[in-house]
Amino acid sequence: MLAAVISKKSLTVSTDKYQEALLLVLQNAPIGSKNQAVKDRATSLLMRVLTSFKGDIDQCVKSLDGKNVDMLMKYIYRGFEMPTENSSAVLLTWHQKVFAVGGLGSIMRVMTDRKRV
Amino acid sequence: MGEYTPNTNYLNHQILTARIAHSQRLFNGFTAFLFTVDKSSNSMSEKHNFGIAPVTCHSFNRDRTGLALSLNDSNVKIYKKSGQKWQETDTLSEHGQRVTGIDWAPDSNRIVTCSADRNAFVWMLEGDKWKQVLVIPRINRAATCVKWSPKENKFAVGSGSRLIAICYYDVENNWWVSRHIKKPIRSTVTCLDWHPNNVLLAAGSTDFKCRVFSGYQKEVDEKPGPSSWGSKMPFGNLMAEFSNGGGGWVHSVSFSPSGDKVAWVGHDSSVSVADATMGNQLMVIKESFLPFMSITWVTENSMVAAGYDCNPMVFTYTGSKINMGAKLDQPQEKQSGNIRCSSINEMPKDWNPNCLPKNGDSEDGGEESEIDVIASAMNRFKNLDKKGTGSDTATELKTQHQNTITQVSIHTGTKGDASKVATSGVDGNVILWDLKSLESSIQGLRIS
Repeated sequence: MLAAVISKKSLTVSTDKYQEALLLVLQNAPIGSKNQAVKDRATSLLMRVLTSFKGDIDQCVKSLDGKNVDMLMKYIYRGFEMPTENSSAVLLTWHQKVFAVGGLGSIMRVMTDRKRV
Repeated sequence: MGEYTPNTNYLNHQILTARIAHSQRLFNGFTAFLFTVDKSSNSMSEKHNFGIAPVTCHSFNRDRTGLALSLNDSNVKIYKKSGQKWQETDTLSEHGQRVTGIDWAPDSNRIVTCSADRNAFVWMLEGDKWKQVLVIPRINRAATCVKWSPKENKFAVGSGSRLIAICYYDVENNWWVSRHIKKPIRSTVTCLDWHPNNVLLAAGSTDFKCRVFSGYQKEVDEKPGPSSWGSKMPFGNLMAEFSNGGGGWVHSVSFSPSGDKVAWVGHDSSVSVADATMGNQLMVIKESFLPFMSITWVTENSMVAAGYDCNPMVFTYTGSKINMGAKLDQPQEKQSGNIRCSSINEMPKDWNPNCLPKNGDSEDGGEESEIDVIASAMNRFKNLDKKGTGSDTATELKTQHQNTITQVSIHTGTKGDASKVATSGVDGNVILWDLKSLESSIQGLRIS
């Protein structure tokens, strides 16, 4: 079932609807899953969304609700854990924008939450 | 607040205080300097300094003329209010390790303390000396917190051995008896608060949950009437259990004055309220603030929380939402280029030597250069004392507390209608906040 969701996500990414794709990945984040492979796939999918994102990042982050902002922050820190070429620069840009909205509280929740991505 | 108008009497007083403090420091070492008070000119807050060590916990006596606090070591210091200052009268030094909790019972005037050495002591005043009675809560990890019940006939100790010990005095055996609440606590109990009915007990834990237990002791308690949390309350019964979905340790928990609501704060930067009159409905607010270490209700609908932001914040609960109110510590804008004054927190924040009348305007004109000298010398000694360096480092926060706030307590009034709250901090300060005058001066702050 998760695979189906993910393939659906891949589809949306390819249709260039970045914001929808981002929201879809955030809302279906496998935080409850014990399978690391599933989490890794979700992370790399979100990384694809973030790196290929075109448009106004500020607007996009501001449109997210508190829960999704926290989730996005989690993925950003997860992305820092496994850097690929150019990914850190992109993530730092996102981090700046998400931090402007979520503040220090958002980072605290990344650090304290046991439900990791 | 209004504009600051230079008050020469006030300034002279400040200069005098600064001089005395300075000379005391030079000649008497640091001890004479410890108990300074800084009453802001606006009278909305009052700062009392107890040295450079963190104030880990504090408790006032009934009429607020006595203060017991721990400076992050194994001693409990007792202070008596004399005028505007706190005078040290006693040191209770029976504990073998760091003191983690102090509670001064208002009516029976007994102090209970607990420590990482796994013991608790009940202190009673005999003559002018504090005499202790050892209480063994039967725990094999550090005690973390202690609270008298409202009727003061028993107290609860939270501990690292995943249990709460309820201790009451057994007259026949002349001994404090301890009973344990164990289930279903999965980790260290970090904070406790008693329900006004003297039976129910709220506990927060590092297993991220807040629970409501029955602490009924048939030996000392009358059978309790039904409460909004349930009608059957045998000892140790779990009345409610809450998780706000996050992973943060619960740092502090507080029952509302009616006892119908319980609020807690956690390390996931959240404030949560559970309402028993609304079917245990849970409300959570997660915002951009840093985590809070302590929370207390100040009216039936408002709370004051304080912690790593070094700034107490007001929250209001409306029944369907928790609203973030204003911060109590409103940083006052400093004049640029006025570094020497801004780094002395003995001076009021808005005090500025440039406000002094210029030379020739009055007899105070000649003081300016002298203030400079005293100020820079004080600054230098302060830095030597605190940071081991004489150089001026610009690490001062804009808030009155210069480090994490460890505890917030009601100073004047009750939980139902508090007019002053006290906060203690890692910076060694205890600050009193006048909620009524703050409410009238801060826009957007409504405490109802």
